[in-house]
Amino acid sequence: MSVSRERVVEKYAKAELGFWLYLMTDIILFASLFATYMVLRPNIAGGMSASELFDPTFALAETVLLLMSSFTCGLAVLFLRFRYKSPGLILLAVTLLLGGMFLFLEMYEFMEFIHEGQSWQTSGFLSGFFALVATHGLHITIGILWGLVLFWYIFKKGITANAMRRVSLFSLFWHFLDIVWIFIFTIVYLGAFV
Amino acid sequence: MSRGFRLAVALLIAFAILGLFAWLLQGKQIDVLSPAGVVADEQQKILLFALILSTFVVVPVFGILTFVSLKYRASKRPVDYSPEWGESKRLELIWWGVPIAIIAVLGTVIYNTSHSLDPYKKIAGDNAIEVQVVGLQWKWLFIYPDYGVASLNRMPIPVDKPIRLVLTTEAPMSALWYPALGSQIYAMNGMESQLNVKATKLGQYKGYNTNINGEGYAKMTATADVMSMDDFLKWTNNTKSENNLLNMPVYEEIAEPEIVQDFKSYRLDDTSLYNTVLMRNMTHGAGASMHHGPGATHE
Amino acid sequence: MSDFVTFLIGRMSFEYLPTDPATIGAAIGMPLGILGVAALITYFKKWKWLWQQWVTTVDAKKIGTMYIVVAILMLLRGGADALMLRLQTAVAVGDAKGPFDADMFQQVVTAHGTLMIFFVAMGLVFGIINWVLPLLIGARDMAFPVLNSISFWLFASGMVLNNFALIFGGFSNGGWLGYPPLTGLEYNPGPGVDYWIWSLQIAGIGSLLSGVNFFTTIIKNRAPGMTLMKMPIFPWSVLVTSVLIMLAFPILTVTLALLGFDRTLGTHFFTSDSGGNPMLYINLIWAWGHPEVYILVLPAFGVFSEVVATYSKKKLFGYKSMVIALLAIMFFSFIVWQHHFFTMGAGANVNAFFGIMTAVIAIPTGVKIFNWLFTMYRGSIHFTAPMFWFLAFVVTFTIGGVTGVLMAVPALDFQVHNTLFLVAHFHNVIIGGVVFGLFAGITHWFPKIFGFKLHDGLGKLSAILWQVGFILAFIPLYILGLMGAVRRLDSYDDPTWQPLFIVSGIGVVVIALGMAALLMQIGYSIWKRDELKDETGDPWDGRTLEWSVSSPAPHYNFAITPTVAERDDWWYRKQRNDTAYLKSDYVDIWLPKNSAVGLLVGVGAGMAGFAIIWHLWWLLVPALLLVVLVIIRQTMNDDDDARVSATELFHEDNLGRRA
Repeated sequence: MSVSRERVVEKYAKAELGFWLYLMTDIILFASLFATYMVLRPNIAGGMSASELFDPTFALAETVLLLMSSFTCGLAVLFLRFRYKSPGLILLAVTLLLGGMFLFLEMYEFMEFIHEGQSWQTSGFLSGFFALVATHGLHITIGILWGLVLFWYIFKKGITANAMRRVSLFSLFWHFLDIVWIFIFTIVYLGAFV
Repeated sequence: MSRGFRLAVALLIAFAILGLFAWLLQGKQIDVLSPAGVVADEQQKILLFALILSTFVVVPVFGILTFVSLKYRASKRPVDYSPEWGESKRLELIWWGVPIAIIAVLGTVIYNTSHSLDPYKKIAGDNAIEVQVVGLQWKWLFIYPDYGVASLNRMPIPVDKPIRLVLTTEAPMSALWYPALGSQIYAMNGMESQLNVKATKLGQYKGYNTNINGEGYAKMTATADVMSMDDFLKWTNNTKSENNLLNMPVYEEIAEPEIVQDFKSYRLDDTSLYNTVLMRNMTHGAGASMHHGPGATHE
Repeated sequence: MSDFVTFLIGRMSFEYLPTDPATIGAAIGMPLGILGVAALITYFKKWKWLWQQWVTTVDAKKIGTMYIVVAILMLLRGGADALMLRLQTAVAVGDAKGPFDADMFQQVVTAHGTLMIFFVAMGLVFGIINWVLPLLIGARDMAFPVLNSISFWLFASGMVLNNFALIFGGFSNGGWLGYPPLTGLEYNPGPGVDYWIWSLQIAGIGSLLSGVNFFTTIIKNRAPGMTLMKMPIFPWSVLVTSVLIMLAFPILTVTLALLGFDRTLGTHFFTSDSGGNPMLYINLIWAWGHPEVYILVLPAFGVFSEVVATYSKKKLFGYKSMVIALLAIMFFSFIVWQHHFFTMGAGANVNAFFGIMTAVIAIPTGVKIFNWLFTMYRGSIHFTAPMFWFLAFVVTFTIGGVTGVLMAVPALDFQVHNTLFLVAHFHNVIIGGVVFGLFAGITHWFPKIFGFKLHDGLGKLSAILWQVGFILAFIPLYILGLMGAVRRLDSYDDPTWQPLFIVSGIGVVVIALGMAALLMQIGYSIWKRDELKDETGDPWDGRTLEWSVSSPAPHYNFAITPTVAERDDWWYRKQRNDTAYLKSDYVDIWLPKNSAVGLLVGVGAGMAGFAIIWHLWWLLVPALLLVVLVIIRQTMNDDDDARVSATELFHEDNLGRRA
């Protein structure tokens, strides 16, 4: 016995509100981490300072990757909504790939810092930096995982109403992470040179 | 059980409790209410004022509660029972208005006394004597840089003379409080806080650590020994003449985590000892004064 | 030890087994108790029933019952802790020794505070909300039933982890809010603080999810016609509370995580060296902690709003004022947190600002009290047990309010901060507000959940004992605070303090008797459940929708979704004699299916917490994997609803409903 369409619509309306609320709580979470970072930023404790450590062009590359992924994510949703399964799935895959590349760059940057002896154990400032940026990275990881599951689901079951409701929540999440990254880029990376 | 009987029992219990507390309070020394310093004196006045102010709410609350509980019991079939009566602009205006007025008065008091009794504010009068305080696991060290002496767990101070305490710790956050003198302040590693007091009565007053900092926390007390200026100078001179030195190696011994409740006096061999302790724990880049610390997180 | 063994057992060792008799007793007693219960379940062949009816349930009412059962169990443990603490202070004067050494005493203090706030007060609040929030707004369930179950199991998982510390490893000795650097590695290398961090972290995430769930439920699941301004005050208080949860709990998540990183990854957020800043922790934890106080007390206010109106047989006085007051409290509760550390030396202007804001909160709170009193005025009051709790609440809470306003004056706070005066104050507001409120709520709604009433006389006895015990236990603490007694004191030198401490200890015993009366009330009522049976579904002549359905409320709450025309809709429907439904009113409904997702997520999270506490990294991976896989599976589950047909509903509804 399948569930009525009405029930799906009703459930989606709730899920959508619930998801927005979750994103609000995530904003508070990131805000706390930003505040922590800002408070600890001067405390370099003999380690390197933000302006000595960061390479803004590198962060810019990450930013471009993530912005592109946001764009392809939007396109993917559009195609799927109009029931173009293959282009939609390909765009979704590109989105996840770009996200993966972003994550790779982030890990690479972390490794570089640690090789230079600037790990999260070095100073309050670096603790704050790693916590903030890695939390974003963790969110991206979860996003990629989610995207993969969605990809597999649509690939198997097609573009069902349930699938679309999940895809739109996923894209909300992905855009949200993009916005958080813009803040990180501005406040952490560009802010280091102000 | 009749209602009269129940009422009698209730009253009996109430009076028994009141009597018990009256008996308990007999001959008790309540430091906050029997101040021996200018700050504590002011604080006692504020306490009484705020209590009186709050009676403007408490008395009506208890009065109305008793009245409605007695008069509007269902068993008494209240004649003016009006189940639909649920709004009255005029009444509600009163109980929004009166508390607002009370809080407005209290707000003024809060603002004024936050400034006048700010622990960092110098107390008017002569130049203050500076006492440097180090909170250790689990004892208090008082250093008198101008007199070249130091004292463990006992703070001799002259009466009627402003005292400026500057505090730091080599322990988890601690706090020093002399209820009879007034006000407490946190003391933290690598940071300096301040507390200004002035004793007005001779005597010995107990001081406490109010912030948990490990096993010996409850035993971390210190006594303020308020004496005449002559006695105070006598103490400093005597201490200086004895050969009980306080320098860095001796300090390190004292600083070992251990409960020590004895009093000791030292001749200060190293006048920069306090600053050495403060600076070596200071975070690179962070400000030395706690006064600006917490502001940073919400400004 | 070889590397392999270290890998396998992390930092576990025999030295972490309990050594003092009290703890050994508890450490043996607890598992034995659990085994005993398991044996009974096996003997009566109830495992299947337990699994189907409780463990995998997504019915909010049952989840609520589980919250309340856990909360009451924890109340017993936290209360036993309180007894031990006061036993210690009654004897440990001068060189005399109490049952505990200083470190153990501090662990018990910490456990008492942590348990009472996170697992008792929160448990009771969430329990009551789950019991009646959907019923009060005419809904069949929470917006996200499975999420609700996840929240509960995270809560339960945190609770288990917290209690496990007693058996193996010991608990934090850093106070219920665990200020670093005391709780940092330097001063506290053992697993105690980690137990504290991760049990709260797990339970806290559950609470955060609940906040989202409650808010969505109120916005999306209200019965047709019930506008926000027609909603009863209890759901209003939950709405405000859930906003506070959503805004405050993420801060707790971050704060605990960062302290955890300091301890396990060697970061320097709150250390006193290498650029850490312990004051940052104090600010963060209170930015959560102060709203938390209101998260607990506002639902209790909501309960009283329903209780007072119902038993006064009269409309709630000043509904709009009540809503405005709630919103005002919500707003101000976020700009007062610094009043918890006036003594940090933040400067006169900062202190003055936060002091004034704190005093301002007293205004809406006072307004609410007057509104309740005037609900009683010109009413026809039935003094049942819930009203006794209300009377006790007004007395206790008002005293707590006054001492709170005293402490809002920074200049005065310098004389009472961190003393027993403060301890007495917050027990006044939390016991007087939260605990009394929720006991009133439990008594009031008990018949709706179980189908029979609680014995009234024993409830009143319990309220009286709690009230008397409370006065005996805490008035001495006010006096002691003014005499110089600081909080968390395991011993003292001044023998004149002892009589006051002894009286306080007697007070705790009286409270324990009150608790015993409460348990007897429940036990006796279960025994006499046939006599106390609620045949009508509306034993108190209630005002709100939950009383329009049979007792116990069916798992779908409402066979027919009610349409609401006004506030206290059921009260007026009864007056219009408009309470029956036609057979043709019944339609098919969809209900969520049972789900083990909550349990599995809870188990995974608990294992992960345990792994971090003991550095069992091999266990962390599968534990987290379990959580992730279960959640992925759930998000892809399209088949989580079951249909109940109209005929079935009609039959059940007319069997259960009043004859």
